[in-house]
Amino acid sequence: MSNFKRKLKRRHLINNLFMVLLVFVISISFLVLGTLLLEIFLRGYKTLTWDFITSMPSGRASRAGILPALIGSFGVIALTALISIPIGVGTAIYLTEYADKKSKFVKLLQLNISNLAGVPAIVYGILGLAVFSQLVGLGPSLIVGAFTLSLLILPVIIVSAIEAIKAVPNSIREGSYALGVTRWKTITGVILPMATPGIMTGSILALSRAMGEAAPLIMVGAVGFVTFLPNSLLDRYSALPLIVFNWTSRPQAAFAEIAASGILVMLILLIITNLTAIIIRNKTQIRVD
Amino acid sequence: MTKKKYLFQEKLIEVVLVLFASISILTTIGIVFSLLFETMIFFSEVSIFEFFTSIRWAPVFDPPSFGVLPLITGTLLIAILSSLVSLPLGLGTAIFLSEFASSKVRKVIKPIIELLAGIPSIVYGFFALTFITPLLRSFLPNTDIFNALSASIAVGIMTLPMVASLSEDAMMSVPNSIRQGAYALGSTKLEVAIHVIVPAAFSGIASSFVLAISRAIGETMIVAIAAGQTPSMSLNPLGSIQTMTGFMVNMALGDIQQGSIEFKTVFAVGSVLFVITLIMNLFAKYVIAKNREVY
Amino acid sequence: MTVKVKVENLNFYYGDFQALKNINIEIHENKITALIGPSGCGKSTFIKTIDRMYDLIEDTRADGHILFDEMDILKSDVDVVELRKRIGMVFQKPNPFPKSISENVLYAVKRHGDVNKVAFNEIVENSLRKASLWDEVKSKLHQSAFSLSGGQQQRLCIARTLATKPEVILMDEPTSALDPIATSKIEELLQELKKEYTVIIVTHSMQQAARISDYTGFFLNGELIEFGNTKDIFTNPKDKRTEDYITGRYG
Repeated sequence: MSNFKRKLKRRHLINNLFMVLLVFVISISFLVLGTLLLEIFLRGYKTLTWDFITSMPSGRASRAGILPALIGSFGVIALTALISIPIGVGTAIYLTEYADKKSKFVKLLQLNISNLAGVPAIVYGILGLAVFSQLVGLGPSLIVGAFTLSLLILPVIIVSAIEAIKAVPNSIREGSYALGVTRWKTITGVILPMATPGIMTGSILALSRAMGEAAPLIMVGAVGFVTFLPNSLLDRYSALPLIVFNWTSRPQAAFAEIAASGILVMLILLIITNLTAIIIRNKTQIRVD
Repeated sequence: MTKKKYLFQEKLIEVVLVLFASISILTTIGIVFSLLFETMIFFSEVSIFEFFTSIRWAPVFDPPSFGVLPLITGTLLIAILSSLVSLPLGLGTAIFLSEFASSKVRKVIKPIIELLAGIPSIVYGFFALTFITPLLRSFLPNTDIFNALSASIAVGIMTLPMVASLSEDAMMSVPNSIRQGAYALGSTKLEVAIHVIVPAAFSGIASSFVLAISRAIGETMIVAIAAGQTPSMSLNPLGSIQTMTGFMVNMALGDIQQGSIEFKTVFAVGSVLFVITLIMNLFAKYVIAKNREVY
Repeated sequence: MTVKVKVENLNFYYGDFQALKNINIEIHENKITALIGPSGCGKSTFIKTIDRMYDLIEDTRADGHILFDEMDILKSDVDVVELRKRIGMVFQKPNPFPKSISENVLYAVKRHGDVNKVAFNEIVENSLRKASLWDEVKSKLHQSAFSLSGGQQQRLCIARTLATKPEVILMDEPTSALDPIATSKIEELLQELKKEYTVIIVTHSMQQAARISDYTGFFLNGELIEFGNTKDIFTNPKDKRTEDYITGRYG
């Protein structure tokens, strides 16, 4: 056997061993994900009852429920959507359809957006605390939580909206402009209708991320243990990750169980929103060639 | 046929859009100024020298002590330990997806890996405390209930998808011609991956590492739940520590009054966190921009 | 014979690159003017200057004059929106909007907002008839424009342009993406259209130019080499370069 052949055998062996190692690496991720979901399901499914969903929190784990947190989460996320989507889409329209790509303002804006995407969530909480809560004087209210989360997910919405708008073929734009249609009417007439599925997918994913955020809300004074439902934008509120955090921090095992139930509710909502996003993306993809 | 009234409407819309776009710039300005403002007041009351050199962090004790080093040490410990999980596993996943997996296998594996990134950090925190910690304690009985290692493993798993997907992007963007050239010389997949693709994608991989570590430094809920509340200079992974983010959340959970020293402390620590993550993010971008190969 | 568009000393630049060099040409009303030349010669760029579509491309600049009914359209105070309504354009590849057939026809009409709703059906029918598409689509006006064949899509794009009542129609190689049958339908249609409109068509096919046009201009390297009656250009070219091109000595 030549030296090359002998070496080749070894090289193949090393290659195959490495492949096995990589498969092992991937299976670690799968294993962790599976364990995590199973662990939470096994801990939480027994206490995940209709009463749990429709009751107020309580000092006794057996009577505690998540109603205010559920309503609070819906409220905060709905407001966040109302604030962040118009601003994000507006910014994306400006950057793709109006701005002079070479202007200093645009370059600053792009650098700024990509930097904001890397700012830790808790820092947005500090911003919310200093500006909306203290400076504007809105306190630890629902609207402050929504403002804070809106700024947090704004970079994500902007980036996904830019991608969706850029995916609209230029021939469509030209077709509209060549008919003597103004820029804004071209945007509302053809560009946005075509970009909407992409924008919605990106926005839903961003909002579902916001729904799981606890740190920024804690910074702006939101708490887990709230025993009333918010009536106005200036009311105090709770949110699902906050009540889960509250229960997780308690030493009694019974609270760990209902925390797991709370997480299950959160995960179910996340699965629903993510599936919706995927369905929208797949169903309404418009093909133009 | 000169310009008319609709132009006023068009202009108005453009102005509104510019205002929307400015909000993201105002956000940055807002972050910088709110941090700066309270931090300056903080340093008018606490010596900046003490802040960065004292090794005792006890802002609410009497007498208080404001040495941020224990919080930085705790943060560093989490960053290092979590990167021991996220970097090798993330890079391995990326190499597998980009160089070894068929496109069918990739289509199945990728979304599952990305699922890991979509799980809220509070869930990882819960998992760390209720599953990872007991598991660790069954092997290493002198592990504290709240400990850096358990939180780090969870943080590492959470940031793994970031390393995997950014590194994979970098490797996928290495042109196929280079890959084929290496195969044509008679290389195994491993040799192509290690000697050709990884070096060619190095800047992208490096920046994914930096971004993942930066994310770990800013991660809050996992460490708030599982790592403990003990500011400490110790690098013992099995002991209870406190990170910068952990401290901030802990303070915010109490009823802090505006103007109180606790309030300002949160901002001072927040400034340190913001500066560290900002530098790392800019550095990651710089690495990419500097080493961008033009194919 | 009326001159509809008169171009004087037109120069056009993409950044530092001069794509058109001192073009002078007169476009006659209710005639078809064909522009031929090898790819990259500037013929497409030229028609993009006539409705100021180059405004959409960054870093472009034109000087000289293009007089359209005595108005210089290169002047910066010209309202390009109204200009493009009066000078329509049909593109190389059909580019219908992802809307129904009738919505495509009405798209610009609705946005210009100077027509009463009551007239909408009439506009759809008239425009589609003029584009010889009505009989093929009258039963499915509310179906997506994408359900049409390529040739039908291109005629829909023509109908969409006609609905805005243009005076001049610019066509940038409108049949290059179509099969021979669809092409001949559009060529027939052009003979109908010139009764009402002035047509400028860029084509890569000399046969097409010879078949359909009244006047022909030959472009080469950004210059208008020769312009005149189509018959003269193809039977008795004055410039050696024109002769070389029409006899097939260029690519």
